[in-house]
Amino acid sequence: MTDRWFDDAAGPVVRPYAMTRGRTRSSSDEVRLDLIALVIAQSRDGEGPAKAQETGDGGGDNHQGAAGEDTGGGAHDNTDVLADNSLAPEHVDIVVQCRRAPQSVAELAAELDLPVGVVRVLIGDLIDADWVRVSRPVPPAELPDESILREVIDGLRAL
Amino acid sequence: MAFGRSKRGASKATPAEPVTLKLLVAGGFGVGKTTLVGSVSEIKPLRTEETLTEAGRPVDDTAGVESKSTTTVAMDFGRITINDGLVLYLFGTPGQDRFWFLWDELAQGALGAVVLVDTRRLEDSFAGIDYFERRSIPFTVAVNHFDGAEVYPPDAIREALDLDAEVPVLVCDARRRESVRDVLVSVVEHAMRRAVAAQQTEPRPAPAR
Repeated sequence: MTDRWFDDAAGPVVRPYAMTRGRTRSSSDEVRLDLIALVIAQSRDGEGPAKAQETGDGGGDNHQGAAGEDTGGGAHDNTDVLADNSLAPEHVDIVVQCRRAPQSVAELAAELDLPVGVVRVLIGDLIDADWVRVSRPVPPAELPDESILREVIDGLRAL
Repeated sequence: MAFGRSKRGASKATPAEPVTLKLLVAGGFGVGKTTLVGSVSEIKPLRTEETLTEAGRPVDDTAGVESKSTTTVAMDFGRITINDGLVLYLFGTPGQDRFWFLWDELAQGALGAVVLVDTRRLEDSFAGIDYFERRSIPFTVAVNHFDGAEVYPPDAIREALDLDAEVPVLVCDARRRESVRDVLVSVVEHAMRRAVAAQQTEPRPAPAR
């Protein structure tokens, strides 16, 4: 599932942006995903966002309802993502990785060995489909407060 | 929208989501940025790549290879988990000056930076120092001591680089974890001093620009 076409001499046979069907930005890309934004797997068993999905474009995705009912939510059984035919293997990889632990955008790019730009688009797709959500880091305009910085210093000293 | 609007309290309400912070490591080619990141990172330094298309065009000499429309730039990064709620990422900035736009992305929201210096090629660090000065990003100058290179006292380096008095200057060994740790502590302390000073002069929260 996860092995990728790769030719030793020529490099990847599939050009990076082919995986995004040529898109360089995703629909939810109004804010560019920061490299250290954490991507968190979303439980899909009827929380708010999942409902919105059903009323949105969920009508046609009947296969998903069935899979979601059995396996959904907290169980780290990945049959639900694997069953979603609308997802590319790289999408599935991202969801599976994030279910183990939240991952930063940069880590996902490194682990999947894909350019950050491609990973951003793929994550955007997954946000739209409610598979994942993204926690934004401290906004650039405001520095983290003193107590956080103190914690960082103490943590570093303990290294 | 799926973004967690991170108001201050948000991280407290859901402790499962750590706050992520980043520090940048800048410096000339071959000065030891990757080594420095590797010395403290809990993961093997990872490498992400950004594929460039138009951005490199005006400066990249593509004569003879006109068909080459993309180029790849790699960024090294590492991770230090401070505790369950706090994760620090280190990013080595791409060495070549022409990737400024990538610096911009990396610098956004960065807590601070290390400018790693090789005394034999001091001029390689000018770009980084200049960049962080102009954006008011707190940085520490760390002189990576290479075997066989002459040792200069930090004050001589400060003078040679024309640094403000508030900028910490340390001599380090990028291969040694404790040494790098001290450099990182110095960056965060510098950031904190600046944050405290900013609060005193400006009690109101700065309006978002």
